[in-house]
Amino acid sequence: MRPGTILSFGLVSLGAAMVLLPFVWMVSVSLKPHNEIFTPEVTLLPQQPTLANYWQALTETDIPLYLLNGVIVTGGILLLQLLITVPCAYALAHRRFPGRALLFGAVIAALLVPFHVTAIPIFLAFSQVGLLNTYAALILPFIATAFGLFLLRQAFAQIPAQLIDAARVDGMSEMGIAWRVAFPLGLPTVIAFSIFSVTAHWNDLFWPLVATTSPELATPPRGILFFRDEESGDDIGPLMAGATLITAPLIIGFLLAQRRFTQGLAGAGLKR
Amino acid sequence: MIRRLATDLLLAGPAALAVVLFIFLPVAVVFVLAFTDYLVGAPTAEWVGLENFEELFGSRLGRNALINTLIYSAVVIPSSVILGLLVALGLHGITKRMPRVSAVLRTVYFLPVAATLVAMAVAWQMLMHPSLGLLNHWIAALGLTPQQWLTDRGLVLYSLAAIGIWQGVGYNMVLFLAGLSAIQPTLYDAATIDGAEHGWSRFWCVTWPMLGPTTLFVVIVTAANAFRVFETVATMTDGGPAFASDTIVYALYREGFVYFKAGYASAITVVFFAALLLLTALQIALVERKVHYR
Repeated sequence: MRPGTILSFGLVSLGAAMVLLPFVWMVSVSLKPHNEIFTPEVTLLPQQPTLANYWQALTETDIPLYLLNGVIVTGGILLLQLLITVPCAYALAHRRFPGRALLFGAVIAALLVPFHVTAIPIFLAFSQVGLLNTYAALILPFIATAFGLFLLRQAFAQIPAQLIDAARVDGMSEMGIAWRVAFPLGLPTVIAFSIFSVTAHWNDLFWPLVATTSPELATPPRGILFFRDEESGDDIGPLMAGATLITAPLIIGFLLAQRRFTQGLAGAGLKR
Repeated sequence: MIRRLATDLLLAGPAALAVVLFIFLPVAVVFVLAFTDYLVGAPTAEWVGLENFEELFGSRLGRNALINTLIYSAVVIPSSVILGLLVALGLHGITKRMPRVSAVLRTVYFLPVAATLVAMAVAWQMLMHPSLGLLNHWIAALGLTPQQWLTDRGLVLYSLAAIGIWQGVGYNMVLFLAGLSAIQPTLYDAATIDGAEHGWSRFWCVTWPMLGPTTLFVVIVTAANAFRVFETVATMTDGGPAFASDTIVYALYREGFVYFKAGYASAITVVFFAALLLLTALQIALVERKVHYR
């Protein structure tokens, strides 16, 4: 092996170890008994690993509730996003209608708008209609997804027009074509978008912080902060167990479906 | 004809309505609010012209948030782009000889992108804990002075920047790896014939110019993410100590949703939005020009 290869391997491995450090530390502390955490003799790995912190996080704190809220909110967002985005993307790709170019232009323009820009007016409107502090407040602002419309429109545009015409001749309704022809053929893109959407909203802190104050509605990132701020520094073990539990679903998903995850998340650079 | 239109409306209507309702209308409203002194819950608002912008650019607190964001970006953008490129070059170089190892390392670098940043920030907080944290323990073991990573006013922004870099490298690496694998091997053969035989000259003659479009994209995305820094600030420092880690999006959050100054927070939003639009305009202008060699 050439010395250059060995050197690159060494440096890249060293960097990887540094990237892993916070993960290792989080899991390590979550496995440490109380007396191993609160000691001047800090060690990287637990000497007597225990699952007690996980037990405490799962039975004595609201972490399970936060995880459930995460599933409800990310699931609700994705479901509604797909419900309105798939037919619209299909229409943009395969139908001619007045205002189509305008709508597609609007989608491209909307890609430039980060969510933070729309937060204040949406907050004010939700507060007017009494929607703050509900699941709806956490879900509704995100059903409009320019990114999803753009990605799916591009994917559906790849489907040959003859195929769509054949489906029409066979008497399928347009909605039927959107869901039973375009949707399955565009499935790889749908999956990439779904991974992006679930990751973005599972991890989001900004909007849950703004739209809800009730711990009952806290999504995982919001919840872990409730937990940390309540425990006043004495429950670090369970806190790290909670942090691990909250990160675990996406990390496991990523490890199981790396290529799809990388695809889904790498595309995010297209939007602001 | 009418049936056709009804079908179009059924297909495209709901999404179009949602885009208008939740994106375009709020953007218009935020631009109006930015010129008022509106407070959340107040019955009326006064038109105040540019006053909010004067406060943002003129007050110490406002300028502080802008400057902190620029410092944070000035650290994070070059570091995470260059590190992302170096890691991609390193992994690309060893892929042929050690494909499995290379794949594992790539996975490791990408982990922070998929991980929940708030949970990881909690872990980082523990890593940087003054007395119980691993970082100060190791530093003391090396005979150096332990640091107050998150409560030292001169240091806190750089501690947050380190986490920003940690999170960004993997994403940039993936984009650079895609760029590298798109370079045709024949170009390297041609460079060899032209006398560029060693790694360094091959890098400058072939790799770097061919990566131009990728690099531009990576820089713009990294910059947009750096301007947006919020989660780590909100989780670890709340903008403190004494506003030393206050950033533009955190200021937006604090003014708008803690102090309920909707008018002022809208002005911050407009400035933040303008910065991102400027970035996109820059990207388009550069793409039009000469980063493409193909």
